[in-house]
Amino acid sequence: MQYHTATSYENAVELAEAAQGTIRFLAGGTDVLVQLRAEIVTPDVLIDIKQIPGAADIQCLADGSWQIGAAVSGAQLDEHGTLKANWPGVVEAMNLIGSTQVQGRATLTGNLCNGSPAADSVPAMLAANASVTIIGPDGQRQVPVKDIPSGPGKTTLKSGEVIASVNLPAQSASGADAYLRFIPRTEMDIAVVGCAVSLELDGPKIAKARVAIGAVAPTVRLVESAAEGLIGSTLDDAALAALASAVRDACDPINDKRGTIEYRTHVAGVLAQRAAKIAYQRARSKS
Amino acid sequence: MALDEPKTTDFKYVGTRPDRPDGFDKVTGRAKFGADMSAPGMLHAAILRSPHAHARILSIDTSEAEAMKGVKAVVTRADFSKNVPFESGLSGEFWNILENVMAGEKALYDGHAVAAVAATSALDARDALKLIKVDYEVLPHVTDVDAAMASGAPVLRKGAADSSVPEGLHPNVVRYHESGHGDVEAGFTAADLVIEDSFVTEATHQGYIEPHACLATLGSDGKGELWCTTQGHWHAQKVCAALLDLETSQLRVTASEIGGGFGGKTTVFIEPVALALARKANRSVKLVMNRSEVFRATGPTSSTSMDIKIGMTKDGKITAAKGVFCLQGGAFPGAPCDESAMCAFAPYNLENVLQVGYDVMSNRPKQAAYRAPGSPMAAFAVESVIDELCKKLNLDPIDIRLKNAAHTGSKSSFGPRFDAIGLVETLEAAKAHPHYSAPLKPGQGRGISCGFWFNHGGETAVSLALSEDGTAQISVGTPDIGGSRASMALMAAEELGIPYDHIRCTIADTATLGYNEISHGSRVTYASGLATIKAARDAVEKLCKRAAAKWGIPEEAVKWQDGFAVPSGPNAGDFDPIPLKDLTADMGATGGPIVGHFEASPEGAGVSFATHLVDAEVDPETGKTEILRYTVVQDAGKAIHPTYVEGQYQGGAAQGIGWALNEEYIYGDDGRLQNAGFLDYRIPLASDLPMIDTVIIEVPNPGHPYGVRGVGETSICPPLAAIANAVSAASGVRLRQLPMSPPRIVAALKNQSNG
Ligand SMILES: Cc1cc2nc3c(=O)[nH]c(=O)nc-3n(C[C@H](O)[C@H](O)[C@H](O)COP(=O)(O)OP(=O)(O)OC[C@H]3O[C@@H](n4cnc5c(N)ncnc54)[C@H](O)[C@@H]3O)c2cc1C
Repeated sequence: MQYHTATSYENAVELAEAAQGTIRFLAGGTDVLVQLRAEIVTPDVLIDIKQIPGAADIQCLADGSWQIGAAVSGAQLDEHGTLKANWPGVVEAMNLIGSTQVQGRATLTGNLCNGSPAADSVPAMLAANASVTIIGPDGQRQVPVKDIPSGPGKTTLKSGEVIASVNLPAQSASGADAYLRFIPRTEMDIAVVGCAVSLELDGPKIAKARVAIGAVAPTVRLVESAAEGLIGSTLDDAALAALASAVRDACDPINDKRGTIEYRTHVAGVLAQRAAKIAYQRARSKS
Repeated sequence: MALDEPKTTDFKYVGTRPDRPDGFDKVTGRAKFGADMSAPGMLHAAILRSPHAHARILSIDTSEAEAMKGVKAVVTRADFSKNVPFESGLSGEFWNILENVMAGEKALYDGHAVAAVAATSALDARDALKLIKVDYEVLPHVTDVDAAMASGAPVLRKGAADSSVPEGLHPNVVRYHESGHGDVEAGFTAADLVIEDSFVTEATHQGYIEPHACLATLGSDGKGELWCTTQGHWHAQKVCAALLDLETSQLRVTASEIGGGFGGKTTVFIEPVALALARKANRSVKLVMNRSEVFRATGPTSSTSMDIKIGMTKDGKITAAKGVFCLQGGAFPGAPCDESAMCAFAPYNLENVLQVGYDVMSNRPKQAAYRAPGSPMAAFAVESVIDELCKKLNLDPIDIRLKNAAHTGSKSSFGPRFDAIGLVETLEAAKAHPHYSAPLKPGQGRGISCGFWFNHGGETAVSLALSEDGTAQISVGTPDIGGSRASMALMAAEELGIPYDHIRCTIADTATLGYNEISHGSRVTYASGLATIKAARDAVEKLCKRAAAKWGIPEEAVKWQDGFAVPSGPNAGDFDPIPLKDLTADMGATGGPIVGHFEASPEGAGVSFATHLVDAEVDPETGKTEILRYTVVQDAGKAIHPTYVEGQYQGGAAQGIGWALNEEYIYGDDGRLQNAGFLDYRIPLASDLPMIDTVIIEVPNPGHPYGVRGVGETSICPPLAAIANAVSAASGVRLRQLPMSPPRIVAALKNQSNG
């Protein structure tokens, strides 16, 4: 096994292109190292991106949008007051991952690229309409997070491509988001169902909405029909009922040790309602 | 054993709460656990395990692994004794253990060991496993207890059933138990309400945090050394010697500090394998399991299927009770169906009772003891039905239990009459506890249950040596799994009359004391405690003799008082008391070292009872349960170190909460374990638990000098039922299957609303 410390994203791409066998970029390592130890994936080449200048920085750009470096840990997000006030759903989703120890290492980028349909931060990033900046052999491109996951453990990243940052849009003055997951215990678990809702209000009315669900399909999903039902409503009972049923319709889960198809589908609707209420409450309290 | 009346009052040290002597080592990392020992030139070992639930082993080719650089030995079943006889039922237990630690003709479960490698590094050993070629013929498998008993189920092994099994049962049924008294049919006729119901529980693992680990040395001279994490090193010595054709005394076994056992470390798994590798390589071999191996190949408890029928009069008298308990214990005999049967109705004083148990084999790992083996599941089934009867008849669940409670002198459901017992006292304390009358909110429910465990005595040897400076060292042979070194030192302090800190208690190796049975059956504070007291009294007798010699008076004229030899009365003479340290200071000149010892198999272990109260809240939309409040009330006989007694109470409740709500062995259709790790085998986290309140009841056990009863196991008997009763009250639907995981609760609620 070879271990490289990349000095820039371009360098990381070069190293990846030159490498043979199984390659893994190494951010926090909380997936990579666990899979290595469990002999699930034994990489031939590890390319550490943590030392790349700027990789661990959180930047608020002039337009109010956010650029979160690929090596920024969950703990850093939690400690960033303004970001947390802007995108509470994204930060709470990331902060649900693992324990205090894991929080010191785990990243949004790693969570996304590991490709788990149950990844906690991914529905929140989808609902927030986040994008990623990708650097690859053919240069740089910007891709919505929605288009990254392609199946369990799979992404649309091409060989040699590395993510430099996760970008969140500027939050509207009347907007807020929320993420909830269901686990049978209180922490240290994989989501049985996850759901994120991001709303923008116009007075008491919902003007814009994005709803995303996790762990109920081969990839995290954006549920556009669920969002449409919310727009124009004040999150009344009818809107909530429509939300639950649209979310349930969008579910395509499996039966496994963590839950049944029936159960996951049912709970997805429950969580969507609860997350929507929290997002709505947060947005209302801003005005 | 003839005992004086227990001493129950005027203790100076017993009942206090000093720091545990092993605490410093454990919090500083100095304590040596199973994997912490090394030897010069040591090799590392790894075990190859079957990926199949049931398969004939046609051939094993180890040649490539043997040829690999760094590999020093490869063993298969051929490297173990051929002199261990196969016998039916538990008579063949050594053969069962041998077959479990290394498969013979068949792999019997997913994770069954088939070969092992020792190499110069742990990575090499792991890589070498991939070079071993095993040719399997996959066979049909069965993992469910009811399916394993049904006609047509794949037969695991013919001839395993012992003579207890009635004609006509499937060969997978290997033992049968039936007991009780009275006429249950007449009893049911006399009842105003009879409820008959069925219950199922999944297998759970003890979940100790320390995986099995050992370091083995064995030369061609047949002399060996074994360091291992175990609850019973004499047992390990005996079994390993038999499995490897060694003379027992030539194998010295030392128990490491133990990171949890809960019954799961009362047997051997890797120790004989490490010894076989060490013998073949002529080097020391270290073998450490990973977590997945711990789940796949060690100690789960039995899964069960149970049918209960209980009759009650309108005013709450139980007229008859019947239970059928089918326990699946993996691919070997030994599922504790008899304990399930005998404990099931033990809290009740019944005129008519019948209990039947079936021990059933299936393609799962060999079950190992888990705290009060068999009792918690039986209590779940029985106490759920009693709860339902109370609900239907509108009776208070504590009053009804009091009305029917077993008491001192009553005939037990399993036969003998009870000696002094404290069930009634636990129920009364539960009823008086503020928890029982605290208001509940909508969506919350309260559950209650009683529980029973026998407790055990067993072979025990202790020695207590005095040092010149007047301090004492105790050697005991029961690994300390719950703070027992502190309790031993407290009991010795009480007898010797010297401070607790002046006593060091050590877990001796097998070369140092006579045979000590395993730390199981909640026996340590009882049996090693009794032996410590007797050994201290033996030492005191010798001290008194030395004082008598100094004073020139008869031995009988000297008595021991609070650390001093004193004349026994005015007639004995007028001498100044001599403190212990003055007698030990010159003991070399007054007759030599002073050592007290005691060896016996004490038989007065008192049974014990507990009553638990639980409040739970269920989220009807997600089926998630939160345990809001928990109170354990249990009879300890006498709490030597109350903090560690409370720790046992809380630990039993915590493990019970896991078992009741989320822990389970999940098998796929392929018979493979789906959740061999702590991610998907969900034990409770600290944040899942409320503060667990405890009440210690002390009804002295006449079989112990201070009245001690075992406390380690009884505490896990009531939780499954108490939580099930709370969850059923909170959700409005009776849960008959454990664990009561969120999907099961949502499904039960849906079923109910669909009528
Ligand atoms: C104890 C524990 C608990 C956990 N709990 C949760 C949980 O509750 N919820 C949850 O969703 N996850 C959980 N995880 C999984 C894991 O922590 C998260 O997925 C985490 O966000 C991964 O981030 P990382 O930086 O550690 O990724 P890494 O392990 O470093 O990488 C993960 C994947 O991303 C790729 N990658 C990393 N950086 C880049 C990059 N810049 N460009 C392209 N690809 C890249 C890697 O090659 C790898 O395939 C848990 C893990 C552990 C060990």
